[in-house]
Amino acid sequence: MAYSDDDDALMLSGIQHFHFCKRQWALIHIEQQWAEDFRTIEGQHLHRNADQPFTREKRGDKLVVRAMPVKSRQLGITGICDVVEFIRDNSGVEINGAEGKYVAYPVEYKRGKPKLEDIDVLQLTAQAMCLEEMLLCDVRTGYIFYNEIKHRIEVPLTDELKLKVGSILEEMQDYYRRGYTPKVRTGAFCESCSLQHICLPKLMNKQTVKSYVEGKIRE
Amino acid sequence: MKKLQNTLYITQPDVYLSLDGDNVVLLKEQEKLGRVPLHNLESIVAFGYTGASPALMGYCADNNVSLLFLTMNGRFLARVTGESRGNVILRKKQYALSEDETKSARIARNFIIGKIYNHKWILERTTRDYPLRVNVEQFKEASQQLSALILEVRNCEQLDRLRGFEGQAAITYNKLFDSMILQQKEDFQFHLRSRRPPLDNVNAMLSFSYTLLAHDTASALEAVGLDSYVGFLHRDRPGRVSLALDLMEELRGVMADKFVLTQINKKLVSKEDFVKKENGAVIMTDEARKRFLTAWQNRKQEKITHPYLGEKISWGLVPHAQALLLARHLRNDLDEYPPFLWK
Ligand code: SF4
Repeated sequence: MAYSDDDDALMLSGIQHFHFCKRQWALIHIEQQWAEDFRTIEGQHLHRNADQPFTREKRGDKLVVRAMPVKSRQLGITGICDVVEFIRDNSGVEINGAEGKYVAYPVEYKRGKPKLEDIDVLQLTAQAMCLEEMLLCDVRTGYIFYNEIKHRIEVPLTDELKLKVGSILEEMQDYYRRGYTPKVRTGAFCESCSLQHICLPKLMNKQTVKSYVEGKIRE
Repeated sequence: MKKLQNTLYITQPDVYLSLDGDNVVLLKEQEKLGRVPLHNLESIVAFGYTGASPALMGYCADNNVSLLFLTMNGRFLARVTGESRGNVILRKKQYALSEDETKSARIARNFIIGKIYNHKWILERTTRDYPLRVNVEQFKEASQQLSALILEVRNCEQLDRLRGFEGQAAITYNKLFDSMILQQKEDFQFHLRSRRPPLDNVNAMLSFSYTLLAHDTASALEAVGLDSYVGFLHRDRPGRVSLALDLMEELRGVMADKFVLTQINKKLVSKEDFVKKENGAVIMTDEARKRFLTAWQNRKQEKITHPYLGEKISWGLVPHAQALLLARHLRNDLDEYPPFLWK
């Protein structure tokens, strides 16, 4: 399925929310009930984007592009790549305004340290898939730079990962189309969720309202 | 649950409100009366409209601070509502349900159950607290009638019949309202509800507290993304916050009536606090209104345990909690709307 309307595209960064909690993602991206800190994050993102619109640096055989807006019609997402490195390579593709052929490597910057879960990897994969669609090329490797260890980690972007991202996005698109906020299993992680005051996670395990009302009125 | 934030009440009629940074500045004839940081405020209620700057209105709209203008006597003039948070989906559900009489009735009946239940328990509590002052038998009988009506309402799926039951319940309860006034009987009596204008001291206080409550419920509904003008029990009428009135039904007794009764029974008001206008309308004096608002604010800070959520919250957040629960029901997280059943 292809998504033609750019207005309807989902935010690529939402994959993180979705991975953390599907309901949290729906509250933010479908119902737009975000609490303050999400709004702030969005703000910073836009800000950064405006500050450094699509800057290009050339370093020998390397072309470094920062804050690059990307999208995929196929997946129906848009987002921003922190950095895309284009390395001169005959197996690559031509890009506008540069001599020769290049292979693209997305690089994502993260504040913390490498996580056991693959959430950062999924986001990077989604960026890679956008690049593949926009450049008509293959993107098989990306990097995640973790600030805490001041080090970048090489990430192979396998077909398996791409399939996984595809199916996650399909589920997101399905909820989005239906305007559906799923109920989820709640847990200790809700304590760190800034939407808990809107979500009321405890309600999901509560007695039915029917038994509450009928219990009270028959007291 | 979120934190209860303050409401700023402007009780002087000639104060102009303006914005300076993140503060609201109160001006009187170009002179600064004071400034209040807006981030501590949930709403601003101005009695006796002089004006507010567009910049302040814009700020309030953007930051979910509700801004309300009332006449000196508390009659509604205008409300500033911003482009609310993205709630199209929720609102569409609200509109669709409100078009469907039966589905509306299923929600509306829980508002009414809440109302009758709370009235019943106000009567019961009175017999428990003042068995020597009131006619207990009469109160018990009324309480039983209300119980019977609640069971009827529970099975009712027609709006007209619901309104009928509600009317019956109101008669039963109003008949005893005067008996719950236990002090200053010469100056405070309740015979009939008179609204526009209120014709006696008790009605003046009731009207005033209902206005405050309607404002609180309307802001709570808007804050969770609902349209306070489209109701289920109260049908659309231009300019009427029908949904706020719906939600208010169950809160009137416990939040407004009880408050008014306490003011009288604890002698926090006296006949000197009221003036009668040429047209018979009774209004509170400026001084009395200020005291009334302070007491109202204090009452909002008092804590209770929410009967459905089981969480400790302040009275002031009850409208917010109910609005949230209603939104949760409209998006199918809850099987029904849980009314606030207070005992
Ligand atoms: S409170 Fe828990 S269930 Fe609700 S959105 Fe947050 S993480 Fe998800």
